[in-house]
This record gives sequence, C-alpha cells and structure tokens, in this order.
Amino acid sequence: MAAVSFLKNDADRTVPGAGLGWLDARRQNGAARFEKLGLPTPKLESWKYTRLRSLDNLTYSPVVALDSEKSVDKVPGLSGAVARMVFVNGRLRADLSKLDGLPKGVRLLTIEQALADSPELVEKHLGSVAKDETQAMVALNDWMMDSGFVLHVDKGTVVPGPLEVVYIGGLTDAPAAFFPRNLIIIEQGAQAVLVKHHIGRGSGAYFSNAVTEVDVADGAIFKNYEVQAESLQATHVSTQHITVGRDATYESFQLSVGGLMSRAETTLTLAGQGAHADVHGAYLMRGAEHCDMTSYVDMAVPNTTCRQVYKGVLDDESRAVFQGKIHVAKDAQKADGRMLNKTLLLSNGAEIDSKPELEIYADDVQCAHGATSGQLDETAMFYLRSRGIPEALARNMLVQSFLGDAIENISDEAVRAAFGDRVVHWLPAHCYLSGEWREDAR
Amino acid sequence: MLEIKDLHASVHGTPILKGINLTINPGEVHAIMGPNGSGKSTLSYVLAGRDGYEVTGGRIVYEGEDLTDLEPEVRAAKGIFLAFQYPVEIPGVQNSTFLNEAVNAIRRYKGEEELDKIAFIKMLRAKTKELSMSDEMLKRAVNVGFSGGEKKRNEVLQMAVLEPKLSILDETDSGLDIDALKIVADGVNALRSPERSSLVITHYQRLLDYIVPDHVHVLAKGKIVKSGGKELALELEEKGYADFVGEEAA
Repeated sequence: MAAVSFLKNDADRTVPGAGLGWLDARRQNGAARFEKLGLPTPKLESWKYTRLRSLDNLTYSPVVALDSEKSVDKVPGLSGAVARMVFVNGRLRADLSKLDGLPKGVRLLTIEQALADSPELVEKHLGSVAKDETQAMVALNDWMMDSGFVLHVDKGTVVPGPLEVVYIGGLTDAPAAFFPRNLIIIEQGAQAVLVKHHIGRGSGAYFSNAVTEVDVADGAIFKNYEVQAESLQATHVSTQHITVGRDATYESFQLSVGGLMSRAETTLTLAGQGAHADVHGAYLMRGAEHCDMTSYVDMAVPNTTCRQVYKGVLDDESRAVFQGKIHVAKDAQKADGRMLNKTLLLSNGAEIDSKPELEIYADDVQCAHGATSGQLDETAMFYLRSRGIPEALARNMLVQSFLGDAIENISDEAVRAAFGDRVVHWLPAHCYLSGEWREDAR
Repeated sequence: MLEIKDLHASVHGTPILKGINLTINPGEVHAIMGPNGSGKSTLSYVLAGRDGYEVTGGRIVYEGEDLTDLEPEVRAAKGIFLAFQYPVEIPGVQNSTFLNEAVNAIRRYKGEEELDKIAFIKMLRAKTKELSMSDEMLKRAVNVGFSGGEKKRNEVLQMAVLEPKLSILDETDSGLDIDALKIVADGVNALRSPERSSLVITHYQRLLDYIVPDHVHVLAKGKIVKSGGKELALELEEKGYADFVGEEAA
C-alpha cells in the first residue's frame, strides 16, 4: 500500500468488503491513482485557491472500530425525519439511529451492510457516477473508503419525509481520518429528500473525505441537502457526483457554517432531455476558516435547465472560494442555465475568490452568470439604527436579509426552516429570529 | 426641546453646515426650506447621528443633553425620529417584525417590559387603522416592492408606532401625489401635541398647506438665512430661492 505522509499506516485496519476481489482491485486502483496524483496543489486549475494546509503537519489515523461508547448529546435532526443514520467517528451508532419503519421500496444501509447483504448492488453502482479518475480526493476515497451509506429508492416510490444521515467527528484523542462513501440510487419516477449533516464535536483534529454518488433516474425527484458544521479542528472535503436523467429534477443546497478548512465539490451532469437542476449553497465563515465551493454542471443534452445561487457571509480573516462552471455541450440546444454568487464581507480581513464561468458550445441557449461582493449597506444599517435597533442586532438582521433569498431556494419546508435556524445560530451573541431572542448555540 | 447652536458639520471631510442656530420648543412645528444642496438633508442626518456626518463645531442640545456623541439607536430611544427621504428596502425582513424589534429595542433601552407579540400586533393594527393603511403592508418585507407613496406612508406608520418626541421629516413630500400627501400629513398632524415637536424639511411649500408650521426657516449654503412665520413659505413659493442664493454668493 502506498505511504501517505498525513495518514498513519495501519496494517491491522479492516475495511468494509475486504476480501471481495472486485473491491480490493478498486481500492488498489484508487491507491495507485492517489499515489500518482498526490494531494491537490494550487497548480491545478480547480484547486487554485485552496490548499489543504491542515494536512501538512498532522498524521491522521483512519478510524474503524473505536469509540463506539462515546457519549453524544444533541444529535441534530429534523422532527419529521422518516429515518436517521448516525455515524460517530466513522462508525454507525445504532443507538442514536432510527432505521426501522422505512417505507417499502426504500433501503438505507451502511456501505458495510450493503457489501455484506447485496454486494452486487454496490458493485453495480460504486464508481458508476464518480468516474473522473483525475480527482485525487476521489482516488483517496476509492482507496480508503471505510464508512458511508447506500440509499436505494425503488421505481415510483415516494418517500414521505426527509431521510437523514449524520456524521459526527472530533470525539477522538488522536487525529482521525474518515472516508465516507455514499451511494444514492433514485429509480425511475421515485421521490426522496435527504439531509446530510457533518458535525464537529469535542476537540480532536480530524479529516473527513467523503464521496457521494447520486443517480437520479428518468422522471425522479431528488433533493439532496448538506450541512457542514465541522469543528475548528476539522478538514472536510465532500465531493459529489450526480447524474440526472430525462425529465428528472435534482435540487441541492450546501450550507457551510464551520470547519477550519472545507471544500464542497459538485460535478453534475444533466444527462436526459427535460432534466432540471437547482444547485445552491451558502457559506458563513469567521475566524481563520476557509471554505471552498466548487461546482461543475454539464448540460449535456438539449432542453435542460439549471439554477445556481451561492451566497456567503465572511467575517474576521475568513476566506471563501466560489468556482462554478456551467458547460453546455455542442448539441445541447435550448439549455437554460443561470449562476449567481454574492458575498457579504463583514471585515476588511475577509477574502472571497469568485470565479463563475460559462463554457458554451451550443448556439441556441440562454445562460447567464454573475458575481458580486460588498459590505453591509451603510444606509440600511443607519435606517435600522435610526429606529432604535442596536448595531449588533441591525447587523444580524441585514445578514439574515442577505441570506434570505439563498435559503428560499430550499423547497422542502422543514429543511428550509432548519437551515434558517443554522444561520441564526451562526450569528454572534444574541440572535434574532421572528422576534425571538436566542443565545448563541454554536 | 432642541437647541442647535452654531452648528458646523462636514460630510466625509467636506464642510456643509456652516453655523446653524435653531431652537425648537415643545409643541412647535418648524419647517426648513431651501434650494438643493443647501444642507437640508445633511442637517437631518447630523441630528439623527449618521456615520460620516461629523460635527466640527457648535452643539446640538436635546432635552438638556448634548447629542453629538450618541449613537443613532440611542437618539431614537430618546425620542428622535427621522423619516427618510428615500426609505430603505430590506428584503426578507417582515415589516411587522422590523417594527416589533424597533419597539422592543427602545423599550429595553428605557428599562420597560418588552411588548409580547399579541399586545404588539394589537397596537400595530390600531395604528394602521388610524392611518388607513392595509395590514397587508405589514406582512411584506420592509419597503420591498412598495410604491413611492407606500414607502412614505410606511415611514409615517413607523413614526406613529414609535411615538417620537421630535420628528424630523426629510422631504417626505417628494414623489407624492396629492392624495398620498394628505394621508402622510394627516399622520403627522395626528401626532401633534404640546409635548411633541416636528422639523419638516422640504423644498416645496405644498406640504406646508397640510402640515402648517409655527416657524419657517430658509437654509442656504449651510446657514439659516431667514426665519419667519408660515407666510414666509408662501413668499418663497412666489419668489423662489434666487434672492437667498444670490445674497450668499455676493
């Protein structure tokens, strides 16, 4: 096996599906690719503004079967969730999860279970969407994958409420590394909503390198929401590959409110005519946090639509990167793609690097992109304060106002409310929501 | 109530107000008229405490206290209200929530109990009724998608809800048709009382037909160059500001 400076070589480590020939081969292939590619450097166009510096000086231990008894309080969750799967330090915690009562036609299994019960299902789908062999972080995950889940929704099945998966990291003494691999298969005409939470607890350093593959079949509707609320000791990379079939709808919202170093990368292909994607996000950073949101949307066939709104608020010395590209293939006529990135800078030390791009090879398309950054509107601040609203509260109100039309893109009502709450909890000190005052709960 | 003594002020380093003297007693309505660029809006912002509007000389004494170093929210809590010439749109913040926050912030400042939602809504409904405003405006985001007239009515609603002791109306008449003007004026007049005072800033005499002032002042080039009774406004309407501008320039 390859030696990697930031990973502790653990010969005794057992990984899910060990002994399955095809999987061992995949892992070896991943290891070989990662060895060749190495960690991404700014020399790569797609990593120009983000370097995983936090991996320079620490050696992380891949975690498999430790810490199952760590106590965890307040696992985040939506009240109306149909099922909840909770991983702590990379391991499923059955006691915190709720997996009974899944409706007929819906399977939600750990990747470990799936490899034990139906390896052919995993074999069929693993790597079928995340095919890009040039992505180092995918190669690393191919090699090391140790946790994660398989969500399979049968043809025509409508899941009656959100499904949740929670990853909790940081409850380890030594630096730990997790490599979740998630496979999501939404069959023809099926509908589902998923919320992934990546949460940091405790004070341990950790590195989470997740890869999610999503296959949304013809006529299906899938909503894929993710919260990144990792700790200040966390390095978090989440790579998602999605393919959307004919007349299918995909909606995602990536909310990043934590993490010392985080990157959420989305590669999405609108593969069937009439396919639609809403790919949105928001980032709220402070201190020395660094957040990277990178997306690539391929409008590969005619008559597809895509909407992207990313908004962020940066305080202190924090930094964010937005890279978005909409690619319209040569024959993909009538493509309709819109991308917008707006950032609010609350401090002179904060920085946004924004790079929206359109790459169009078809001639009959409607595409637009834009990016802005700026400070809080001084006139609006004065307006609120002149009505007696103290400066700190006025600032909170304007930050919420700014993020409002990003959050509004979340079509699931319960998730929209929960993500709105996350925004409120990010705001400093006494926070404001609908006339109620709350203590900072971060 | 308000005593402005030899007030000099600069906006981002540029001197605009050059020695203003003005005394407003409780119960009085004063109008300040003047040509564009005379410093009318600057005076209103200086009184309300906007950042970047720096007092470089003189004093503003409000109810016996020097205002100069007070934050805008503190001035608001002490009873000063500025109706904006261009009210600001705040997407995503409901008008009623905004008003609720403002009312409770001021109550907290004064050491009073906050109003609960039910009590607040009840009070708000009574005010909108008085001003013949629809409750629908309360549900919308602050000033977003409001017509010019609606924005100004919303300013008057805020004034009615916050019940200031000193209201400053900065060109509240601009962009209003006669019906909207009447509604706005009615709102201002409803607040008139022996304890409350107003400073009405306007370019045109028209508004003063509806809000009849006790005193009228002409502001030109950063100074009050003439003061008189309400008849002064009519005189200005007839002759324009040429005399004052010319006099200053000479």
